[in-house]
Amino acid sequence: MRATREGYVQGLLEAGEINEKVVVIDGDVSRSTGTTAFQKKFPERFFNLGIAEQNMAEYCAGLALAGFIPFYSTYAVFAAGRAWDQIRTSICNMNLNVRIGGAHGGTSVGPDGATHQALEDIAITRVLPNMTVLVPADANQTRQAVLASLEIDGPVYIRYGRNPVPEMYDRNKSVVPGKGHLLKEGGHASIIAAGAMLAPSLEAARTLSKKGIDVSVADMVSIKPLDTDLIQHLATSSEVIITAEDHQIAGGLFGAVSEYMSEHCPRRIIPVGVYNRFGCSGTPEEVMVHCGLTAEAIAGKVEEALIK
Amino acid sequence: MVSPKVIREDILRMIHSAGSGHPGGSLSLVEILIHLYWKEMRIDPDNPQWEDRDRLVLSKGHGAPALYSILARKGFFSTDKLETLRRFGSGLEGHPHMQSLPGLDCSTGSLGQGLGIAAGLALGLTIRKSRARVFCILGDGELQEGSIWESAMSIPALKQTNLIAIVDRNHVQLDDAVDKIMPLEPLAGKWKAFGWTVATCDGHDREDIEKAFSTVTDKPLVIIAETVKGKGVSFMENQALWHGKAPDKEQLRKALEELE
Ligand SMILES: Cc1ncc(C[n+]2csc(CCOP(=O)(O)OP(=O)(O)O)c2C)c(N)n1
Repeated sequence: MRATREGYVQGLLEAGEINEKVVVIDGDVSRSTGTTAFQKKFPERFFNLGIAEQNMAEYCAGLALAGFIPFYSTYAVFAAGRAWDQIRTSICNMNLNVRIGGAHGGTSVGPDGATHQALEDIAITRVLPNMTVLVPADANQTRQAVLASLEIDGPVYIRYGRNPVPEMYDRNKSVVPGKGHLLKEGGHASIIAAGAMLAPSLEAARTLSKKGIDVSVADMVSIKPLDTDLIQHLATSSEVIITAEDHQIAGGLFGAVSEYMSEHCPRRIIPVGVYNRFGCSGTPEEVMVHCGLTAEAIAGKVEEALIK
Repeated sequence: MVSPKVIREDILRMIHSAGSGHPGGSLSLVEILIHLYWKEMRIDPDNPQWEDRDRLVLSKGHGAPALYSILARKGFFSTDKLETLRRFGSGLEGHPHMQSLPGLDCSTGSLGQGLGIAAGLALGLTIRKSRARVFCILGDGELQEGSIWESAMSIPALKQTNLIAIVDRNHVQLDDAVDKIMPLEPLAGKWKAFGWTVATCDGHDREDIEKAFSTVTDKPLVIIAETVKGKGVSFMENQALWHGKAPDKEQLRKALEELE
């Protein structure tokens, strides 16, 4: 078990070595996101701009105009939300090579409560033209997402979490924009998951298989561009698709999958995610149970769908 | 009037029991909040929704433990609830959520938004011809948010004098000392240049705080309260490390022993 934020920092350290144009910007949360490690290694390429997220995004736009590859990170609510117009109009509209690290994504900040639980960041970044959105599921994949971003032309949003999650990927398994992974194949239904919901989805698949229900489990690490080949494949092999995300149902992974499928391969799609509500304080586990973000909830939806 | 020691004990116990939270910026707030709730604000704990009550916007919402202790000691809810800080369903949310707890006038937690909210609230009260005032507490690190200065510009422009801003000037933010991250000085000069009257005080000295609040002026008033982050606990004082960390059992014991 490792937190995906650890993978993000590892990726940054390597990216800094690979490319001397990599610059890291933080907004007074470097001790919490871990970018202090980058500051230590590359002090001349690290800038802490204080509690000023809009300014961070603007600096990054300018740095990108000057030929650098700036990564800025802070809690996902502020990274994506507070600076959204800057991201839209100054970064995406100019198609600049800015990388945005959305730390503490989803319900992973538990006790901090609603204000700090980013449940909308995928929706508001995904909707922007030119933006790539990556939602890795474990620390290795997060490291790979950071490294992959070096090769992407244009802005990238990478969402990661604060708490330890099971490790599912080999260190060398690369992240490719537009490519997901089919981790398990079964004919009854398909679960498409991202980020922190991948592990519970695999767990749900194990529970279901004991009951004689075989489901596919796909990891949609690249929410934008979406892996449409993978979706086509799942649509051919199963009647029902379940999406699972640590995010509002509206506009996130469910939104992305629904948009594609309704146009190209209509199937019944059932969401597991946060339904039109804010989070609250509690342990991350309590909040996840409260919001219906568990392996049991996923398995339940699959069974329900197959009965109907 | 409640003693600062009681509030500090509450804060430390609450954060210890929650296992997370922000002791540093809660402990620096204690005397300011006591002054507000016992001397300054016209409020009625039996009628928390009283339309003409004075309001508090705790813009630095992570100071919630201090405010919760004050509200409980003031009688808005039972002190027994305090140790349920940050627990699921308790109402004592990690950052203030006004629908979940009596006595809260505003939900906060995203830094930099409180001064503008306070300004809108004050404007609404003026339009309604209410004599109620609005108090807004800001962190000094929080002043790095640009939106603070948008409000700092509009409040004097709209001649809003039913609002008092208080800066908890404890000189430390999350990562490090404010001076090291993004210096603010000359801080009083900045506010003055934006059209405010500036009063400064020792934010842990009751009389000095009272004096600052009684400043007579026809401009909006900002009080820069010089405070100590982690005030009262030697190993927490001025330490960024104690910005957002809960004391363990032994640390709690030591801290409680030290309080005066
Ligand atoms: C918009 C926003 N950005 C970042 C944070 C994370 N954060 C919480 S407290 C804090 C430091 C606050 O420093 P200061 O205002 O000086 O408060 P104090 O020292 O009084 O606790 C930060 C960066 C936040 N809550 N909101």
